[in-house]
Amino acid sequence: MPADKHDGILQIRDLSLAFRTPAGRLKVLRDISLDLGRGRILGIVGESGCGKSTLISTVMRLLPANAEVTHGEILFNGNDLLRKSEAEMRALRGGRISMVFQDPMTSLNPVLSIGRQMIDIQHRERRSLREKRERAADMLARVGIPDATSRLSAYPHQFSGGMRQRIAIAMALMAEPDLLIADEPTTALDATLEVQIVGLLERLQEDFGCSIIFVTHHLGVVAELCQDVVVMYAGEVAESGSVRDVFHRPAHPYTEMLLRSDPGRIHERTRQLPTIPGEIPSLIDLPEGCVFRPRCPKAFDRCFVAPPAYEAGHDHHATCHLLARETVA
Amino acid sequence: MSALLEVRDLTVRFRSKTALRALVERDRHPWIEAVCDVSFSIGEGETMALVGESGSGKTTLARAIIGLVEPAAGSIRFSGCEIGALSRGEMKRVRHDMAMMFQDPRGSLSPRLAVRQLITEPYRIHDLKRRDLDAECRRLLGLVGLPAEFGERYPHQLSGGQARRVGIARALALDPKLILADEPTAGLDVSVQGEVLNLLARLQDEIGLSILMVTHNLNVVRHVADRVAIMYLGRFVETGPTEDVFRQPRHPYTAALLSANPESDPDARMARIELQGDVPSLLKRPSGCEFHTRCFRVQATCRDVVPARGAAGRQDFTCHFPLSDELSITARRKG
Repeated sequence: MPADKHDGILQIRDLSLAFRTPAGRLKVLRDISLDLGRGRILGIVGESGCGKSTLISTVMRLLPANAEVTHGEILFNGNDLLRKSEAEMRALRGGRISMVFQDPMTSLNPVLSIGRQMIDIQHRERRSLREKRERAADMLARVGIPDATSRLSAYPHQFSGGMRQRIAIAMALMAEPDLLIADEPTTALDATLEVQIVGLLERLQEDFGCSIIFVTHHLGVVAELCQDVVVMYAGEVAESGSVRDVFHRPAHPYTEMLLRSDPGRIHERTRQLPTIPGEIPSLIDLPEGCVFRPRCPKAFDRCFVAPPAYEAGHDHHATCHLLARETVA
Repeated sequence: MSALLEVRDLTVRFRSKTALRALVERDRHPWIEAVCDVSFSIGEGETMALVGESGSGKTTLARAIIGLVEPAAGSIRFSGCEIGALSRGEMKRVRHDMAMMFQDPRGSLSPRLAVRQLITEPYRIHDLKRRDLDAECRRLLGLVGLPAEFGERYPHQLSGGQARRVGIARALALDPKLILADEPTAGLDVSVQGEVLNLLARLQDEIGLSILMVTHNLNVVRHVADRVAIMYLGRFVETGPTEDVFRQPRHPYTAALLSANPESDPDARMARIELQGDVPSLLKRPSGCEFHTRCFRVQATCRDVVPARGAAGRQDFTCHFPLSDELSITARRKG
């Protein structure tokens, strides 16, 4: 473990999680490890069903009753979140850790004014109502809501989608958290608004110095906003490292194919876009060995044994046997 | 290339308040114009993309063409027939040649019908029951690359990509000449998105389909569309061949949209144009050029004078101060 990782805000070690379902145990997360440094922005990317949302729900401990963590630890500021009581977790949520969800219309309460909700979220602070109101207006102004003080009395439906997402971000930052988790915050927005929100998060991260986990399936946004990236496939970490290393020198065939399929990367007009043939495997009945083997064009005999995370460079890891072959050869 | 679909000065209006309320409030114009004076044509075997942000009227335009909403003004001619003048029976015949792929792939499939029933429903509706429906089902599933067993599945047993393919299969059932594809790749992962687009491209090559594709994803447009129209507040602000528009956008909104397309390369830095503010409400259309509230090149004229339609090469646009070549927006690499 490199020395600078001790300054990490969040470390996940060998996390495995399963859902009990009538059809069998759904092994949704398997041996997930990741590190988030203080003041860094980490992107988690992967296709639908890869477990990225389950992973952050596990960090927030917002899991359904049929979920079962079978292994691992989640260290937040050095303390294992999985060992905390429900009361301790509740104290952390919206405090040291806060979250921005995909659809701001469903995360804001439609029957309370924005100001009411932004005052409520400061329930832990020993401040007067007036001070709380001023702080709320100040925070709205910082996320770019014009005429913030008078807008406090407005209701969520009176704002546009982009504005609502700004308000959700303002609320998440009210408690000046150490860690902000953003679950696909721009997926429901149009391109020009997505750019605005990404720019806003970038500026706010500099101001507040918090660490951010940004979950998305949009590779372009990761390249723009994040310093580090974790690529997930079918409940495992396929590859992790700095965005520059992973996007320029992908070490896992899945990452390579994912990047190649992004039409934004293809500048020549083509009638035949690259794809990843095959389907994500069933999480009840996993393939033998490497989970990507059935779709991997580079699979060879060794892939019937599950690969460990090999080092592909400084702080750059990939779970693929090809890396071992290269070092042996 | 003869025009298969020809749309002239099409306007679609929705009531913004009830007739009684408008009367009480003496509002002489209780309407919002979701689509406003739109003209274009699509030739046989051609793909045209309608691009714009939410609320720009692109879906409404597609729905008006297939007759799901009634236009307030303008003309839609399909294979030379004026659609507005047709009776219900005649319209049914036109719909035989025109099919729509809806935006929500699962929402547009009845949860109580199996895939086989879903994709053969068009034959029942158009009284083509004498055909061998089992054979048709197999043919259609094969066309979209799904195994024949899928005929027995129900929509909840399909993944997003598979549901989308079933939607395509159903749209293709009657061998249409034109497909209206509303956000055909929204909500799909990149690799599945590629599969769906490749499928549409292949079908176009094989059976000479014309496609009107509604999308907000410019990355997709570049690869599949021959021509593109950019919509803003229900109007076309720029149209032209895809390559020309991508190489040299003339309207500032087009340029902003193109630059708002983050590239998955951490070292590529676009000459990013961040638009200020939000899309204005259709109830309160801005004066002059309707884009002036967000435009980064706005000048005094733009606030008062409605720009006329200008042209440069094969592109046309509505802007007083179109972007010229030296201001072209291109990706620059750092260092």
